[in-house]
Amino acid sequence: MNLWAIAIKSVRQRALASALTSLSVALGVMLMVVVLVANGMVERMFVQTATGYDLIVGPKGSQLELVLTSIYRIGVAGEPLPYRFYRELTSAKNNRISDAVPITMGDVTQQGGFPIVGTTPAYFALPYMHESDGTPKRFRIRTRSLDGQHSGEGLIRNPFDATIGAVVARQNGWDVGTKLKLVHGGSDGHVHDEEFTVSGVLEATGTPNDRTVFVHVDGFYMISGHEKPLSEAVARELEFFGNISEESQKAIEAETAGGHGHGPVPEAQKEVTAILVNIQGDVGEKVLAESRLMSGLNEGVQAQAVKPIVQIDRMMQTLVGPIRTLLMGLTSLIIAVSGIGIFVSIYNSMADRKKEIAIMRALGARRQTVLTVILAESTLLCVVGGLGGFVLAHLLILACSPIVAGYGLVVDPWTFAWGELVLLPVLVALASLVGFVPGMTAYRTDVAQTLSD
Amino acid sequence: MSLLLENISKSYREPDGGSLPVLEIERFEMARGEQMALVGASGGGKTTLLNVISGITSPDSGRVVIDDTLVSEMPEAVRDRFRAERIGFVYQTFNLLPAFTALENVLLGMSFARGRVDRQRALELLESVGLTHRLNHRPGQLSVGEQQRVAVARALSNRPSLLLADEPTANVDLANQQTILDLIRTACTADSVALLLVTHSGEVAEQFDRVERLDEFNTPATVTPETSR
Repeated sequence: MNLWAIAIKSVRQRALASALTSLSVALGVMLMVVVLVANGMVERMFVQTATGYDLIVGPKGSQLELVLTSIYRIGVAGEPLPYRFYRELTSAKNNRISDAVPITMGDVTQQGGFPIVGTTPAYFALPYMHESDGTPKRFRIRTRSLDGQHSGEGLIRNPFDATIGAVVARQNGWDVGTKLKLVHGGSDGHVHDEEFTVSGVLEATGTPNDRTVFVHVDGFYMISGHEKPLSEAVARELEFFGNISEESQKAIEAETAGGHGHGPVPEAQKEVTAILVNIQGDVGEKVLAESRLMSGLNEGVQAQAVKPIVQIDRMMQTLVGPIRTLLMGLTSLIIAVSGIGIFVSIYNSMADRKKEIAIMRALGARRQTVLTVILAESTLLCVVGGLGGFVLAHLLILACSPIVAGYGLVVDPWTFAWGELVLLPVLVALASLVGFVPGMTAYRTDVAQTLSD
Repeated sequence: MSLLLENISKSYREPDGGSLPVLEIERFEMARGEQMALVGASGGGKTTLLNVISGITSPDSGRVVIDDTLVSEMPEAVRDRFRAERIGFVYQTFNLLPAFTALENVLLGMSFARGRVDRQRALELLESVGLTHRLNHRPGQLSVGEQQRVAVARALSNRPSLLLADEPTANVDLANQQTILDLIRTACTADSVALLLVTHSGEVAEQFDRVERLDEFNTPATVTPETSR
């Protein structure tokens, strides 16, 4: 019979008290694990999602707001940039831009109020984020409906094609072939007449893309009222660039001659909310090209380029970081209180167990042996409670994952946060700490005196 | 020589700071396999003597030698191991662990000795004391006679060379007293275990070839039976 068997016997002898003290540890650990997993989710949601693109180019204003609007679809976009700006940025030489994808935003779906993003098919060719080891994560698009009836082309190749995120599909019950309408982004709540058809459904990504409907930027501006009135567009172009492009000049002439009809909107009347940019080259070249592009744009008064990861890191440190620290502190406190519970439970039992300890000592158990038995007991209570807490936490996450998924967060209930690995040695250390004082009581037991009492 | 005590003295500190002498033994010895009854008045220091012999209590001075090993000079941890391996102890109040079954109590006795816990031996010992049908019963589910038989099996579990028995039949009903005594003596005879049995019962003592009165060789300076432990 080894020391663990003796410790287990003793724990079982006080089954109710042992179960309750272990349960208190389990609850503390459960809360801690949930906080760790939630923290991991928030981090993934914010930090990793920000790793999809090297730079975001947008109008002047709050840098964080630009990132939140264009990647997280949170908040209202600022004054958009002329489409010409996007074209000139991509055609400029020696700027090392490998990808530049325009996005334009403003409307929401009639059903569910999901944000509409007007973009180009190139959006889906780029990784939407990178794993922490640098592995790019790419979109996977289902082009056939679940019942196999419709076969969309997947990407938004036609102006009135739409590709929808996984949460949009699930919550709205939409699939390939579904027709949808847009509500104008302003306060009037006007429903546009134009209908879009779902041509593809994105697999869940765990990013805001899951809650987004993507349409072609051409289709976006073919919606009546979306194109900027030509006179305003020309004035804006003149103000922005100091001249008017040849194409704008042609548009003015065409309008003077009788309007452009229902074809694609002239470039002058289109705008972009932001441009998602990737830079090519090795690390050194990228850093150089990024800083050159950023300083070049940021010196001007019209546009800016920001590194999303920097903005999000800063936001996490200033906003999320303290909340996380507070939550971790509180849950640590709960575990510490549970530890005190174990201490009280074992310490109180020592009076009753003094004789048992004296008997073991009389049978030849050394002082260190009885100390070890008590430490083994507190370790058992802590570790069993802790493991129970891990299981409870992940079951709780499993139960909550459908709810969380509704908010576009993909949660794998069996994914372990690194912090959880630290919890186990912490629990063993806590057990040693709380078991030490009762253990010393056992250590100091006067065998002859106790047996004669 | 199985046991030798030389110039043993032991006193207890009193609450007022004074000293209370309990043992003062010039020489006491037992041969290997010898069986002896030790009688003496209550409070005469019999239990203290057994504790000194077993190493549970250290003497203030003097030597305790068991199997030619100077036990009294050993560090405590070594003495504990020696006690586990070489000395069996049967108590008046049995001192079984209430959460452990009869079998587990015997196995526990083996746990603190060097070497593996021998389950087969534990089963054989319990069979030899007639408790095969009570292996998985806890002490609270056993009669007092059965409890003491478990204690005897536990005391013999590590094949000791010396068995100390402190009033082993005092708490046992009359019907079981002789059974317990016979069990202890038979087992000791079979394995050549020296037996030092403390008793206040004349009926028990007269069954031994050697009977010693503690007050004849224990002469603490000022101790009186009423005040000693």
